[in-house]
Amino acid sequence: MVQALNSAMDVMLGRDPDVVIFGEDVGFYGGVFRVTDGLQKKFGEQRVFDTPIAEGGMLATAVGMGAYGLRPIVEIQFADYIYPATDQLISEAARIRYRSGGEFWAPVTVRAPCGGGIFGGQTHSQSVEAIFTHVCGLKTVIPSNPYDAKGLLISAIEDDDPVVFFEPKRLYHGPFDGHHDRPALPWGEHPQSEVPGGYYSVPLGKAAVVRAGAAVTVLVYGTMVHVAVAAAEEAGIDAEIIDLRTLLPLDIDTIVDSVKKTGRCVIAHEATRTCGFGAELTALVQEHCFYHLEAPIVRVTGWDTPYPHALEWAYFPGPARVADGMRQALEG
Amino acid sequence: MDTEHTALDRGASAIPSGSEPAAPRLELHIPAHHPAPGEKPNFSDVPLFPAGTVERPDVTAPAQQTHPLADKLIRVLDDDGAAVGAWDPKLSPEVLRRGLQTMMLTRAYDDRMYRQQRQGKISFYMKCTGEEAIGVAQGMALAPDDMVFTTYRQQGLLIARGYPLLDMMCQCYSNARDHLKGRQLPVLYSSREASFFTISGNLGTQFPQAVGWAMASAYKHDRRIAAGWIGEGSTAEPDFHHALTFASVYRAPVILNIVNNQWAISSHQEIAGGEAATFAARAIGFGLACLRVDGNDFLAVYAATQWAAERARANRGATLIELFTYRAAPHSTSDDPSRYRPEDDWKNWPYGDPIERLSRHLVRLGEWSPERHKQLESEIVDQVRETGREAESYGTMDSGPHFSAKTMFEDVFKEMPGHLRRQRQQLGV
Repeated sequence: MVQALNSAMDVMLGRDPDVVIFGEDVGFYGGVFRVTDGLQKKFGEQRVFDTPIAEGGMLATAVGMGAYGLRPIVEIQFADYIYPATDQLISEAARIRYRSGGEFWAPVTVRAPCGGGIFGGQTHSQSVEAIFTHVCGLKTVIPSNPYDAKGLLISAIEDDDPVVFFEPKRLYHGPFDGHHDRPALPWGEHPQSEVPGGYYSVPLGKAAVVRAGAAVTVLVYGTMVHVAVAAAEEAGIDAEIIDLRTLLPLDIDTIVDSVKKTGRCVIAHEATRTCGFGAELTALVQEHCFYHLEAPIVRVTGWDTPYPHALEWAYFPGPARVADGMRQALEG
Repeated sequence: MDTEHTALDRGASAIPSGSEPAAPRLELHIPAHHPAPGEKPNFSDVPLFPAGTVERPDVTAPAQQTHPLADKLIRVLDDDGAAVGAWDPKLSPEVLRRGLQTMMLTRAYDDRMYRQQRQGKISFYMKCTGEEAIGVAQGMALAPDDMVFTTYRQQGLLIARGYPLLDMMCQCYSNARDHLKGRQLPVLYSSREASFFTISGNLGTQFPQAVGWAMASAYKHDRRIAAGWIGEGSTAEPDFHHALTFASVYRAPVILNIVNNQWAISSHQEIAGGEAATFAARAIGFGLACLRVDGNDFLAVYAATQWAAERARANRGATLIELFTYRAAPHSTSDDPSRYRPEDDWKNWPYGDPIERLSRHLVRLGEWSPERHKQLESEIVDQVRETGREAESYGTMDSGPHFSAKTMFEDVFKEMPGHLRRQRQQLGV
């Protein structure tokens, strides 16, 4: 997935001279997760460069560059570090088109590794997507595999609105299914690891049905896609698993079609529970599918605690908890 | 101002006794408030710098050569209205008259719109009275396509760029002709055509955005520069430090202006850190050039802006300019300065009124007269009234017409996503 993301930026730097990339350690070094590796060498320091440690400053300069006509890609080293940038992201980037009557806009892509599973403790593990889906004017994207990662990132860069692009860092090097005690798998075997070298895009706002089923609909994104697939297979449940891919704008039609078919719905995410994106999904499914529901909607999420360092796997909603959630929805 | 301390509030009982002198107890310093309502205005702590005495470094000089200027004040117009010293921009009488006329127009516009708020025709207003030289002289010294990221108190800049007063008024009325579609508070203008970036109600955010725009302009090998403005109060925000850091690191072609008008609503500039050092001196640690300017001196503001613009265009990077002035007006129509400062404070400001000072200069040059001034004043009032009536004919905040409610859902995104379409349908528009 690291190579797929790198390839997306490589393609876009090559296609559009207005694309620039900056962030902490992204230039000479190629990023702490190596996602921008080699891009400065290939495209030069003017296009891919290091910034001071100032997330707010990065977003502010990106907004100014966007107003000029560039398409900046900003890397926030960890999603946990995005908070200092939120004023520029929420009050500025997301609002400029609206408040200027459409005269100015900020076509900024903000990339940030998110999620746990690497023993990062509470400052290197958070899933902060719901903070941004709550903001009008921002698009929020979370890929779950290399093919989508590249195609969605290209769409995000080409989009004329600001896009927050969260990259589940536990998926950078393989499709992690939540079995932390088993050897890590590489992407090589996974069907979605085939990534074309050139330009292609995956549209924002379109979910993917990654596993068809009739018993229960499971709404997931990012790392939890793989956890849900493992849970369904291990528990032998005929679950229909939907990878949302874009949280906002949300592909409500795909969700509604599936829930109307199965009559049951489980929502799983790694982020904390209260006011997590699952709360919005629960409300939407209830609003759109109430008369088709045969059981209460079930949420399987991270607990409402900071991400604990040593107790990471007690926090993480692994396959056993997701399978329990599915059973609960089937029995309810 | 020192207060008397009792033994008790100094915690004297805890001080060890004996022959060793006790170390002093720590004391928290809270900057003293400026003279309060009812007290006499007192500007004895404002140093008086004579005009024409500050050196003018070459625009390509190393930034460090400008650093001694952080503790001085560039002034061109002396008390008799003569232009003196190295910073005299030697402007033609036509340009000076245009500057004067634009400042007068700005003041008359402010006065009318302020009254419109009092009459309930607009919801809110902010005047720049006493600070007109900043917006107007800087607007005239910059190229018309240099991108400006202003605060809400540089309306003179938009007027100096020839932006129609009618459009500004319609924005304030949020009426059917407001090209911001009634979405923004009055005075938060935006004009791509006038290279005037959409003003934010969040303080300070525009300052590092100006740096980003300037970086983009440099990246594209353009010739246009950017300029940002911030109030002295908001220099405490992280955005200020981001702006200076990024401007320094990437040598951005930008002018960073701090308007030190002494007041952030009711907090005096000392609360923002103006007691320990001047705001211009913030540049020193970042290795940026700095200038400190009498903001009520049209010629000094013009000359300093011109200097910084030439420097930026010569790839010598950013200049931080402190424009030293006084906020004659309330912070906004929601503010009541009689609760925190003497009523006649501004009349005693040692650096005077920018309009009177430029007018006196023109008279001294034989290019103006008190009679012409009076006549122009009344012409401008008429012009503003006429334009105001036309603007009102398109609607006012209290009586409308406004943009249709369906436009509320537009421009959140470039293309309206499904959930917003559904919400628009729910509203029934």
